Amino acid sequence: MDTILSILNQSLREAIAPSTAAVVIAVIGLNIHFGFTGLLNMGQAGFMLIGAYGFAISIIEGLPLVVAIVVGLGGALLFALVLGIPTLKLRGDYLAIVTISAAEIVRFVGRLSALEDFTGGALGLRGSRYQGPFLDLSFLPDTSWTLSPFNYRDTFDGSGVVRGLAGLLFIGLVVAAVLLVRRFRGAPAATSGARWGRVGAVVGLSLLALLAIFFVFPITYQNNVAQGWWVRLVAWTLVGLCTLLAALLVRSPWGRLLRGIREDEDAIRSLGKNVFAIKMQALIIGGSFGALGGIVYVLPSTVQADSMGRALTFFAYTALLIGGAATIFGPVLGTVIFYGGRVLLRETANAYVPSSIMSDQQTETFSLIVVGVVLMLLVIFRPQGILGDKRELRINV
Amino acid sequence: MLDRHPAPGPSRGRWALGLLVALVLAPLGVLGLSAAPATAAVGCLAQADKTGCVSGTVGSRSDPVEGADVQLLDEGGVEIEVQTTEADGKFAFTLTEPGTYLVKLDEDTLPDGVEQIPPAAAQAGPDGTLRVEVQLGRTAVPDLEVRSEDYDASGTSKTDQLVGGAFSGLKLGLLLALASLGLSLIYGTTGLSNFAHAEQVTLGGVVAYFLVSQAEYGLNLWVGIILTTLLCAGSGLLQDVVMWKPLRRRGLGLTQLMIVTIGLSLALQYAFQYVVGGSQVKVTLQSFESYSFGPVNTNSMSLIAMGIAIVMIGLVGFVLLRTRLGQATRAVSDNPALASASGIDVDRIVRIVWTASAGLAGLSGVLYALTVSNGIRWDTGMQILLLLFAAVTLGGLGTAFGALVGSLIIGLVVELAGPLGAPGDLKYAVALGILIILLMFRPQGLLGRAGRVG
Amino acid sequence: MSEAPVQSDLRDPEARRALMSGVGAEPGSAKPDSILTVDNIVRQFGGITAVDVDHLEVQRGVITALIGPNGAGKTTFFNLITGFDRPTSARTGANWSFDGKRLDKTSASSVARAGMVRTFQLTKALNRMTVMDNMMLGASGQRGESLSVSMLRPLWRTQEREIETKAEELLARFKLLEKKDDYAGSLSGGQRKLLEMARALMSDPKMIMLDEPMAGVNPALTQSLLGHIQSLRDEGMTVLFVEHDMHVVRHISDWVVVMAEGRIVAEGKADEVMSNPAVVDAYLGAHHDTDLGDDALLQEETLEEKIQEYEAEALAEERSHDHGGSASHEGEQK
Repeated sequence: MDTILSILNQSLREAIAPSTAAVVIAVIGLNIHFGFTGLLNMGQAGFMLIGAYGFAISIIEGLPLVVAIVVGLGGALLFALVLGIPTLKLRGDYLAIVTISAAEIVRFVGRLSALEDFTGGALGLRGSRYQGPFLDLSFLPDTSWTLSPFNYRDTFDGSGVVRGLAGLLFIGLVVAAVLLVRRFRGAPAATSGARWGRVGAVVGLSLLALLAIFFVFPITYQNNVAQGWWVRLVAWTLVGLCTLLAALLVRSPWGRLLRGIREDEDAIRSLGKNVFAIKMQALIIGGSFGALGGIVYVLPSTVQADSMGRALTFFAYTALLIGGAATIFGPVLGTVIFYGGRVLLRETANAYVPSSIMSDQQTETFSLIVVGVVLMLLVIFRPQGILGDKRELRINV
Repeated sequence: MLDRHPAPGPSRGRWALGLLVALVLAPLGVLGLSAAPATAAVGCLAQADKTGCVSGTVGSRSDPVEGADVQLLDEGGVEIEVQTTEADGKFAFTLTEPGTYLVKLDEDTLPDGVEQIPPAAAQAGPDGTLRVEVQLGRTAVPDLEVRSEDYDASGTSKTDQLVGGAFSGLKLGLLLALASLGLSLIYGTTGLSNFAHAEQVTLGGVVAYFLVSQAEYGLNLWVGIILTTLLCAGSGLLQDVVMWKPLRRRGLGLTQLMIVTIGLSLALQYAFQYVVGGSQVKVTLQSFESYSFGPVNTNSMSLIAMGIAIVMIGLVGFVLLRTRLGQATRAVSDNPALASASGIDVDRIVRIVWTASAGLAGLSGVLYALTVSNGIRWDTGMQILLLLFAAVTLGGLGTAFGALVGSLIIGLVVELAGPLGAPGDLKYAVALGILIILLMFRPQGLLGRAGRVG
Repeated sequence: MSEAPVQSDLRDPEARRALMSGVGAEPGSAKPDSILTVDNIVRQFGGITAVDVDHLEVQRGVITALIGPNGAGKTTFFNLITGFDRPTSARTGANWSFDGKRLDKTSASSVARAGMVRTFQLTKALNRMTVMDNMMLGASGQRGESLSVSMLRPLWRTQEREIETKAEELLARFKLLEKKDDYAGSLSGGQRKLLEMARALMSDPKMIMLDEPMAGVNPALTQSLLGHIQSLRDEGMTVLFVEHDMHVVRHISDWVVVMAEGRIVAEGKADEVMSNPAVVDAYLGAHHDTDLGDDALLQEETLEEKIQEYEAEALAEERSHDHGGSASHEGEQK
């Protein structure tokens, strides 16, 4: 039992880790590319890496935090232009081929020893060299906090029954939120009041679910260290803002254009719309989300080229397809499940499969094989993911 | 061991795809069983909030240094651990405390005539050490590269380098052509960009590694190459029968299929890593007679490999141009519906194309491992995927002869980029640059043609 | 709508007859008031010349049919003038203008914005969007389609409502209103053709170009489709449409242009052009068993047979498109 609880605890920690939040932001960008516009960007990790380098190098060179973020996003914009101009007039495959290659090139360049003074080469840039200005912004007191402060230890002497019930409550709340989203999807809201009411209900249920899970697994971190609550707070707040921004974008006539292009760009062209420009805008916007994700990704750790390689892009796709492409909450749900689930799988294999059969290294590899297989199965059997609409998303771009 | 995959996902599938994937991987799994002991990798696995790693290779992946002592020191210079590298040149320290550490390569243990390349200023610690930052859940990779003591930046003459580069480029181009022909044929007949094709190349190297250097009976290299090609062709046949054909029947769109190939690519890569470990393995330990023609240094294996490639490419060309089968294949590429209406069994043609493509890719993989990369790693294929796509696009997606021309050009460009001044892996960037410029001016490729809308 | 008097005239069949009676029946003849003028447009695929048109004028305010046997280059010609393909002769004098505006250097979207909107032979209804969304996409000049404005709903809400009202009116006219919240993919082939036409009308075009509007349409709907095309003309729109068999178009077209092997071989009034020897020649290759002058072909039954034939053909084509779509699309345009 203790092993199971410890595995669940680890899985939860991974699910709320700042790196998970960072990937959520990048997946939101990917959703704009792939989910809404049908652009096969296979280099989202490249956008992340560019954002991260732009941000970290700017700060190391002494630029203020805001400027550094702008530099990171500007890098993504340039990258999008370079990749988009030659490919966006062509079949989708070309964008996929060029982005997958360009992302690798960015990684090679980052590792280049000739640029070591700049990018830190294969070793990367240590976090302590650029984290300062960000950590200084924190308004949290310099102690450690436990979330939630009210938890199972305070009730009935830490009774396992209460804890278990709270766990069930958590599962119930999550299921309720998912069902609610799926139900709303079918029927459009009549008034904007009703629309916000729905969003409120989903967000409210999710917050309650969070409270429940932190009641079951209270988690303690320092506030103002590189891996502390501050960075988590900022990262998840950004996730919320990005989700809102993406929702506003795709629920507009512009978003309607994106979906039209996903369906048939020749038709959209025949209606007098500048398809190339719109695809370019989508590529830039999604890429900027990617870059922002990259910045958040490196905030608590280091900028290391190999940590944002091809595999990360594939993870992002898997996460997106789990949650549901072309949905608003899909990226959040999918990424959290993906990262939480991967740790769950790996740790379970570690704990219960004897190491004579599978070494620790092999369980890690094994969990990656499973990711690939899950990606295949998802695309084949459930391309709409958890939240998506099957009728809308038989991804036949 | 691979058939133990759980089959996550919805249960309402008509057939369990997990099982299918296992079937696809079956040739590997069978081989993997016999080779389990060989994978006892010395490694370090960084676990979130628990451990951090410092690991890397002395020398380079393709040319590792054996028997070198690597010291791990704390920030004050106190020794914590020493490891001696084995044949793969690898070292890996596991740490439980984050912080700054120093890594030192003991110069005395390096082979004669070899010295360490001094670390860059940003990473240099005291006394020729390298400073590394360790974080829990992350792996730090210090660069411990070496060079020969009589290293001279000017090196051989430029012309000699270029001639040597051109020869290597021709060799690389021919091997790429073997693999990209299949990629192009699959694209032509099914419209699918197969991102897992590079894994078929790796599969060739890996299967040959097990057949030739791992099996107790240790097959003769030539028998091994032939058997590998056949096994790989078999894996292509199996894939089409259990996966691609049912998926086509199911009416999956091309984009969906493409993502399936990406998932397959990911699964296969890590399956390779699972069975051969993270390091480079050699297909054979035997050495080949070397030759020099002026500035060109090569060995008998390279010449034979190039010969095999030329023969196989010629054979494919002959089949495509001179046989009924080839005629049918071209008809299917041109217009599947029309071909089908005129009595061609499209499914049969596609099955043959998958089989042949996988076989050619496998053959290319063995030869690549023998003559270009000096062994095979789980991600060898992934590294040349870009080159394959660049070659196929350059020649014109779906045109077999375009793939040949494109491969030769890409091979030459990549191998000549080094002598012409592109550092390290950036030679691959040159291939991408060409691809981007081409797409801007002639998107249909050199030998492709534009189609009609509506 | 500045030319209202002319348009009201053209509602009268006699007026149209009179207007076109002065026009010569040779290929490339001059029209009294040409809205679209095409010169020297050549398109080659490999060594095959798909289109080679020296000169063509299309009369404003009437229905012009572009007919010809399969493979005559009609659709390619359509693609060229609507900017979906580039002529091989782009650098050697190909030029065409629409309503006084040069179009030969313009992209497909600008062609549409200039007021010349097309539909496609294989209907491009956006299947996984609702009928309403399809319609809304057709409207031009939407503020909310600009990226910077899109996030600020108040700036485009009013316009959105206006467009919605307009879309509902059009849908009602095409009898699709009760389907407005359905996915376009759930409509029948004919309804999708109607939807595509209605969508094209959202931008108030001056000229509408229909690529085989009858292909794959249920015979029951054919009559109403033809009626819709006529009513567009009666509202003052210019209609140019492609069809590969002339019998269907005979009743509604005011003028017929015949293409064969990429060239325009004849022009003339619907009832006269069929006796033109060049046309007989062109069709003999494709339909040698068909007597072109035979009025029996216009009997109800035969018409239905014909239509079923088209349906089968369209279906086959659609299938081939689905299957080999990408293979035959390699490279694509530009």
